[in-house]
Amino acid sequence: MAGTAVLGRLTWRVADVVDVRAETPRARTLVLDVPGWAGHRAGQHVDLRLTAEDGYQAQRSYSIASAPDGTRIELTVVRVEDGEVSPYLTGEIGPGDRIELRGPVGGYFVWEPAHGGPLLLVGGGSGLAPLMAMVRLRAAVGSPAETRLLVSSRSEEDVLYRAELGRLAGGGLTVVHTLTASRPAGWSGYARRVDADMLAEVGPGPAARPHAFVCGPTPFVEAVAEALVALGHEPQRIRTERFGPTGG
Amino acid sequence: MSIITRGFRGRREAASADRVPPGQYVTRDFPVLSAGPTPHTPLDRWDFSIDGEVDEPRRWTWEEFRALPSEEVTRDIHCVTKWTKLDTVWRGVSVDTLLDGVETSADHVVQYSDGGYTTNLPLEDLLDGKAWIAFEYEGEPLEPAHGGPARVLVPHLYFWKSAKWVRGLRLLDHDEPGFWEVNGYHHYGDPWREQRYWGD
Ligand SMILES: Cc1cc2nc3c(=O)[nH]c(=O)nc-3n(C[C@H](O)[C@H](O)[C@H](O)COP(=O)(O)OP(=O)(O)OC[C@H]3O[C@@H](n4cnc5c(N)ncnc54)[C@H](O)[C@@H]3O)c2cc1C
Repeated sequence: MAGTAVLGRLTWRVADVVDVRAETPRARTLVLDVPGWAGHRAGQHVDLRLTAEDGYQAQRSYSIASAPDGTRIELTVVRVEDGEVSPYLTGEIGPGDRIELRGPVGGYFVWEPAHGGPLLLVGGGSGLAPLMAMVRLRAAVGSPAETRLLVSSRSEEDVLYRAELGRLAGGGLTVVHTLTASRPAGWSGYARRVDADMLAEVGPGPAARPHAFVCGPTPFVEAVAEALVALGHEPQRIRTERFGPTGG
Repeated sequence: MSIITRGFRGRREAASADRVPPGQYVTRDFPVLSAGPTPHTPLDRWDFSIDGEVDEPRRWTWEEFRALPSEEVTRDIHCVTKWTKLDTVWRGVSVDTLLDGVETSADHVVQYSDGGYTTNLPLEDLLDGKAWIAFEYEGEPLEPAHGGPARVLVPHLYFWKSAKWVRGLRLLDHDEPGFWEVNGYHHYGDPWREQRYWGD
């Protein structure tokens, strides 16, 4: 049964921030070392708990973007301008700081190499993070699963992991980009919101019965999942994870 | 206990602290949590059932269901993904109305939905004015993304215990974990005791 491996209590642990990497002008990756971490599955998330001097606390969820790697995990946080937690995580926190977390959480939005392919991964904004864990795991174990990754970003400077995705592409992994708010000179990818035509071109089609994973803000996930169903993909093979607000 | 997060101040909502369970924050948005695509069942193919350990199964078409007495309820709702929304206004049929006259030995219930979603809870958490099958939100027909045409509303538990796109209640004499419950989430889900995950 999915998830039985994480049976038992999810206790709060103290993680050390060992490194911080700028990904884009609005996003940073936190590299954490979590003593006692027992590993995770690609697609799972952690809950962070932040505590102010006066005891006030806030919790937020962040997907693990890295493939399993001992006691290290990486989280990629995109700053939400008026947010309570993400500006702190993309600004203030740094190496040497400590932060509380618990996890890994979630047993459904998960890919394991044994599930095989083909895979259709569609990520919007920070929704790329859990899909990146899958792509990195696929590469780390040498999985041959045929994988199409469609990445939707606002503008070219907002594209996460671009260089790494460029290196990973090939050998059964196709990476396709679309930009929703600009089209720079010389841009050869798509420049519109993800729609059914784009998904049909990116493939694999419903006949190949791909495992589809869709992650991002709610309106993005709604639109992509509906388009996949309209194209004939089986709803049971479409897994979604929604990060953000509805906007009203 | 907790360590201080250096330099973190947070942005507390001064008001209504007694209405916000531990680890939750107030949002004015209405975020969505679902594991897959949103189903769209036409109303002429929609029905609602009470089945399982009952003397006789019950079934209502959409028209029959809408002809039942309904109530407007204003409640705070709490999602396990950390948001709390205050004073949400719903219209729905009380589960007491649907179970009126049903004879059962059951003490557990599985809510089941279009798309295959299920969630479990003790029967008593659905009784005595604690739960509704809601079909309106803020005076409008419930949108599909939020569970329309009808969803369960059990506001005293985390909101995944309020199944969207609900099609029936199965009364059982044993506990049967539902979709999120087999995927690491708590069997009961009381936000005031912060029962998010297994073992909480
Ligand atoms: C399972 C799960 C996994 C997640 N993984 C990641 C991840 O890997 N990386 C990541 O950056 N975030 C992720 N998130 C989102 C994250 O938990 C926070 O919601 C996000 O960082 C905003 O928090 P905040 O405190 O800065 O903003 P808040 O103070 O909570 O919100 C401020 C305002 O911004 C709006 N808002 C909230 N989230 C978004 C958003 N994503 N886009 C636009 N507006 C928003 C709110 O509705 C509100 O109006 C994940 C969420 C979930 C549920």
